[in-house]
Amino acid sequence: MLRRRLNRLLGRVENRVESRTIYVGHRSSSTNEAIIPPKFCDNRIVSSKYTVWNFLPKNLFEQFRRIANFYFLIIFLVQVIVDTPTSPVTSGLPLFFVITVTAIKQGYEDWLRHKADNEVNKFPVTVLEEGRRIQKESEKIKVGDVVEVKEDETFPCDLILLQSSRVDETCFVTTASLDGESNHKTHYTVPDTEEDLETLNATIECEQPQPDLYKFVGIMNINRHDQESAARSLGPENLLLKGATLKNTQKICGVAIYTGMETKMALNYQGKSQKRSAVEKSINAFLLVYLCILVSKALVCTTLKYVWQNKPGQDEPWYNEKTQREKDTNLYLKMFTDFLSFMVLFNFIIPVSMYVTVEMQKFLGSFFITWDKDFFDPEIKEGALVNTSDLNEELGQVEYVFTDKTGTLTQNNMEFIECCIDGFQYKYPDASSELDGFCVTDGPVNKVQEKAGREKEELFLRALCLCHTVQVKESTEPGQGQEDGLMDQVDGEVLHPPREQRGFIASSPDEVALVKGAMRFGFTFLGLESKNMKILTRNNDIETYELLHVLNFDPVRRRMSVIVRSNSGDTLLFCKGADSSIFPRVKQEEVERIRMNVERNATEGYRTLCVACKYLSAEDYAQADAGLREARLALQDREAKLMAVYNQVETGMSLIGATAVEDRLQEEAAETMEALQGAGIKVWVLTGDKMETAKSTCYACRLFQRSTELLELTVRTLEDGGRKREERLHELLLEYHRKAVQDAPSIKAGVTRTWSSANQDYGFIIDGATLSMVLNASSESNSSSYKNLFLQICQNCTSVLCCRMAPLQKAQIVKMVKNSKGSPITLSIGDGANDVSMILEAHVGIGIKGKEGRQAVRNSDYAIPKLKHLKKLLLAHGHLYYVRIAHLVQYFFYKNLCFILPQFLYQFFCGYSQQPLYDAAYLTMYNICFTSMPILAYSLLEQHICIEVLLDNATLYREIAKNGMLQWRPFLYWTLLGVFHGLLFFFGVRYLFSNPALQDNGQVFGNWSYGTIVFTVLVFTVTLKLALDTRHWTWINHFVIWGSLLFYVFFSFFWGGIIWPFLKQQRLYFVFANMLSSVSAWLVIILLILLSLLPEILLVVFRKPRGPHARQKKPVQSNVGGHQSPRSSARPLLMRTFSDESNTVI
Amino acid sequence: MMASSYNAKEEDGHHPGASNNGGAGVVKSKKPDNTAFKQQRLPAWQPILTAGTVLPAFFVIGLIFIPIGIGLYVTSNNIKEYEIDYTGADVNNACYNCAKNFSWNSTTPCLCSVPFTLEQPFESNVFMYYGLSNFYQNHRRYVKSRDDSQLNGDQSALKSPSKECEPYRTSEGQPIAPCGAIANSLFNDTLELYHIDSNGTRNAIPLVKKGIAWWTDKHVKFRNPGGNDNLTVAFQGTSKPVNWRKPVFEMDPSDPENNGFINEDFIVWMRTAALPTFRKLYRIIQKKSSTTPTLPSGKYVLEITYNYPVRSFDGRKRMILSTISWMGGKNPFLGIAYITVGSICFFLGVVLLIIHHKYDTRNSSADIPS
Repeated sequence: MLRRRLNRLLGRVENRVESRTIYVGHRSSSTNEAIIPPKFCDNRIVSSKYTVWNFLPKNLFEQFRRIANFYFLIIFLVQVIVDTPTSPVTSGLPLFFVITVTAIKQGYEDWLRHKADNEVNKFPVTVLEEGRRIQKESEKIKVGDVVEVKEDETFPCDLILLQSSRVDETCFVTTASLDGESNHKTHYTVPDTEEDLETLNATIECEQPQPDLYKFVGIMNINRHDQESAARSLGPENLLLKGATLKNTQKICGVAIYTGMETKMALNYQGKSQKRSAVEKSINAFLLVYLCILVSKALVCTTLKYVWQNKPGQDEPWYNEKTQREKDTNLYLKMFTDFLSFMVLFNFIIPVSMYVTVEMQKFLGSFFITWDKDFFDPEIKEGALVNTSDLNEELGQVEYVFTDKTGTLTQNNMEFIECCIDGFQYKYPDASSELDGFCVTDGPVNKVQEKAGREKEELFLRALCLCHTVQVKESTEPGQGQEDGLMDQVDGEVLHPPREQRGFIASSPDEVALVKGAMRFGFTFLGLESKNMKILTRNNDIETYELLHVLNFDPVRRRMSVIVRSNSGDTLLFCKGADSSIFPRVKQEEVERIRMNVERNATEGYRTLCVACKYLSAEDYAQADAGLREARLALQDREAKLMAVYNQVETGMSLIGATAVEDRLQEEAAETMEALQGAGIKVWVLTGDKMETAKSTCYACRLFQRSTELLELTVRTLEDGGRKREERLHELLLEYHRKAVQDAPSIKAGVTRTWSSANQDYGFIIDGATLSMVLNASSESNSSSYKNLFLQICQNCTSVLCCRMAPLQKAQIVKMVKNSKGSPITLSIGDGANDVSMILEAHVGIGIKGKEGRQAVRNSDYAIPKLKHLKKLLLAHGHLYYVRIAHLVQYFFYKNLCFILPQFLYQFFCGYSQQPLYDAAYLTMYNICFTSMPILAYSLLEQHICIEVLLDNATLYREIAKNGMLQWRPFLYWTLLGVFHGLLFFFGVRYLFSNPALQDNGQVFGNWSYGTIVFTVLVFTVTLKLALDTRHWTWINHFVIWGSLLFYVFFSFFWGGIIWPFLKQQRLYFVFANMLSSVSAWLVIILLILLSLLPEILLVVFRKPRGPHARQKKPVQSNVGGHQSPRSSARPLLMRTFSDESNTVI
Repeated sequence: MMASSYNAKEEDGHHPGASNNGGAGVVKSKKPDNTAFKQQRLPAWQPILTAGTVLPAFFVIGLIFIPIGIGLYVTSNNIKEYEIDYTGADVNNACYNCAKNFSWNSTTPCLCSVPFTLEQPFESNVFMYYGLSNFYQNHRRYVKSRDDSQLNGDQSALKSPSKECEPYRTSEGQPIAPCGAIANSLFNDTLELYHIDSNGTRNAIPLVKKGIAWWTDKHVKFRNPGGNDNLTVAFQGTSKPVNWRKPVFEMDPSDPENNGFINEDFIVWMRTAALPTFRKLYRIIQKKSSTTPTLPSGKYVLEITYNYPVRSFDGRKRMILSTISWMGGKNPFLGIAYITVGSICFFLGVVLLIIHHKYDTRNSSADIPS
């Protein structure tokens, strides 16, 4: 990890100095010049941590870096070296156990990583070498190799595209696993490369590897024997990234330029670092406190010992002489060993067994997630997956959820729902959904039956068929010419109706949905060949249109147009776009009829588009054509000029209709988001997708409400003012800050609840480019202040949407929030490889077992089949796990404090001689046998509030927010309780022993009886205290609690009933039995147990009983909930696609 | 004590989900089992502690504890106890000279006698204890300085005692039996009790030395090597503890059942005390007849053979005469504690009742509008 960081750092330094030179196919530019083979790393991906030979030392080293393990090691060594009151076995054995189990677990995990690496590294690839095709393992690819990739294969390394099987020198690529965009992207071959790659002699100069997926600069020098070498510039459009998949292209050849860990994908990965939960941090903090207690106890005892020994006759009375060795020992050494002995005597206050129990609780507890049948998805036939059990409780502490959009919030599956032509509503009859019912019963019922004029209908459908940039997926049958193939296909389709099988490829899934929608109404787009668009009409006629111009979509204009010439010679302009951008450009009388439909659709949560058209006269067209051509060729301000022409052309159109497309949300996405927000969790959407799409999804998920005021900080808003971006950024940040932070005084209260009910909700939108400006502002001072402003704004917004994010930027955002004030707990959820970096960065990473491969699942901490499962995972499982483990930790510290405190107090009565109060067997067994099982059972089974209630009341999640049960206050309470109990046990028995004649035959009890009485009280009190805390008594709890008490009694009888041959001292022989024969001992045991539990009972009574209210569900309430969920899914939301201008600030 | 609601959620009818999976046999293992345990739906008892349920418990505890406490207190008060400090720390004490002139090497025992008067007769069996103060029998070095297998009659341990016995392991090249500091420092004062008649004659009171040690200690834990006969031979080749005047096999020559390691005085001493001030049972004075008290009121003399030095470590020696009840020796602590706790519970019960009453009425009135 460190090494890699270092390398990357070095790489960066290198980066500034030089670029890399690559000889394509390892052929040097000139034969007489010796090639100095440049050293690049090989194409091996390494994600594993250990190798066979460094496993043991490295793993041990890492384990002993844990403060607790190191501490136990020290204690163990002290016990081995120094004469101590307890045997080394008592701490050595558990430590050995813990270390071994952890090592085995980590070894197994690393073995899995090795296996996964090998799968990638051994993948066979074809490399062209000296004109031959050679099969190689992927890891053997070297920089400069020419690699051949076939359709649907992923690229084994970063390649420069040299040759494509497609005629137009392009290839299609989907980068779903990199940035989550599942659409097809077109990449181009380097111009002028020869057909025959064998003879190609070229070098590539390009920048050193860098993680930005969208940036690449390089030059390719092509050497020809007869000519000057030609230089071609290389950009991202020539670069095929490792991890992307070749689509719709038979095969390509490319030259490897970045390999292995230097590929952009690998650079975008972050090493999987050990994640620690907040609970573990609390444990460590408490551990330190107890360590201080321990050390101070030992110090106090050592000091007092020497003070006490100073009195004459105390140190070495005649009845208790020292051995010769003790006499010879140096005084200071003696003091030191005394100190260590006290440490060892009291070391049980920090028990190894706590770590064992915590680990076991986490490990066993995580099975409940895997076992939960609610997480089972019948579609993929899988349930949840737990990759790490260390973070169970962190699920109950989440404050920020970062979610991917594509595939996580949405199914990324657009569907044409309805259209409106000339004010009449058309709905495809087969589209059966709940919404149909809604519509039929609603107002515009009649209009469904009514039809617009046939002419208008057809115009509209033609518009849908023509106004797009969709490509038809061609059949991949080789041999025949493209044209013939297509014609065949067309003929076939005419004969065989199932046309919907046809595949479309587009940069935006909505366009596909629209074309498919038109197909349903009888107009089929057949494809585009050499500027001719063919459509099949209802009457099975094929119409051909010449595509003259495409006026591309851009987010500022928010519309796109095409200019086509029909067979009849008419020149037509079709335009589609957001209502807000279309309405001002059409005749106003047409608007009203359609506006109603559009607005209704928008409130139903669909993405709406308006379609307009215009007949261009010959002069008009000539003018437009000239303008467009000129603008396209302009070298300066090309964008602005184009925009001006576009705006000029797209005027005076007539509105012909509107469409509604549904971007299907994941099941229950909105409910899940609502529940999360109800639980006080802030949801941020981080997506690589376009802002418009993302925004509509946010509306659909109810992350943004109608009342939400949107603060937008994107390239668009930055360019609005016409000033420099930097200035505008500064200005906007300040403005938003004033709005969201300063003008909202209620936030100061700090309680999430108050502010979410505050009058104004804010939503924040930022895009990748702007974010990098915020994070890497030109001057240092600005950068930090921008970052702070940005953070503060974000933290005061209900939801934040970050679009156009590169994977690493997602991680940056997560990191920024993670490290912000109060270090909130973050959770990332995503399904694609582009989410891996943020999944790794966040405290908890959740992978969705989606369509985009297994990358996210492999790197996640938990994997669930669907987004909706997140609700139960957090609200029920997370909550319970947190409560369980928090109680477990506090209880463990408590029970060991009151275990050791009497031992400490006993030192005051035994001449500070490190005499243990309890027998060695009790010392060892206390944590292992007598008191461990009840708390383990508790920490696995406790449901202080039952699961249904937790799911129904998301607000319950807030009760445990901010690590509430492991703050210093509860810790202090438990510690004081432990001290109280310890004092009570010791002094209660102490006063009983002021006359040790406790039996009715006058016989006396000795020191071991004393210890046994204290220990008996201790075991019973501690177990009953847990019983009092248990709110959910299953038979297992009963069995374990009463069982361990019984076990204690039986064990004590047994242990004291036999003269054990292997024991040096028979200290406890019949001590327990004799104790039970004494009435006084019984009385004192009962008294002390009762007295210690008394305050606990009182507290339980005085605390407001939460139980009955929370637990007893009112049937009415659950009914309401049952009704609500279908209804709420039926009316998704306020959402506008391209038309939410009204809510935006700018 | 607790209000409880049984919240048994019945399991769904269909069990391990394969059957309804419709032939998808391969995948069936992946579908989580629908068992109550795995779905965290085990039937559970969910006790709720409320003021209403705890209240009676407080009263009950109070009502039980107070009488017990009173009983304990009365019992403890009825126990008669008489204590004599015979350390000889000050000049007035009868044993002053013995304490002052003590030397390990003296061969003649120093005797002293302490006269005392019992104001009240001791009715039942009287137990005679010796008490030591500031004697750290619970010091770690001391506690571990013994060899239980030697004391259990193990031959090999007899010849080579455990290292824990250092520096009382060997003397003059021979293993010490019994080894260790505890055995070495065996309390060896002899206490005798005489009743002085109204006419001035001293009547020795018979002191029973059996039944002062735990039965299991005497019969199982402590054993002489090679049986109880002929201890002299059994202990051949061992040496007596340095501070002892006579070897272990001469502890009680008159009674083979009380000699050697199974000598009860020795066993009692070997049970190390819990606190630096302790008492150990020395002798028992059996009640002779039901009519006369065991120790009638009157004048007594305690005859002490002063062998045991305690002045060097500021210790104290006491002789205690005490009767015993079912709860053991005199100790008012338990009685007081029980009365206190009982009263607290009772008091809390009353307070809770008041609070509960007020809270309840407020609560119910608040409930109506909601």
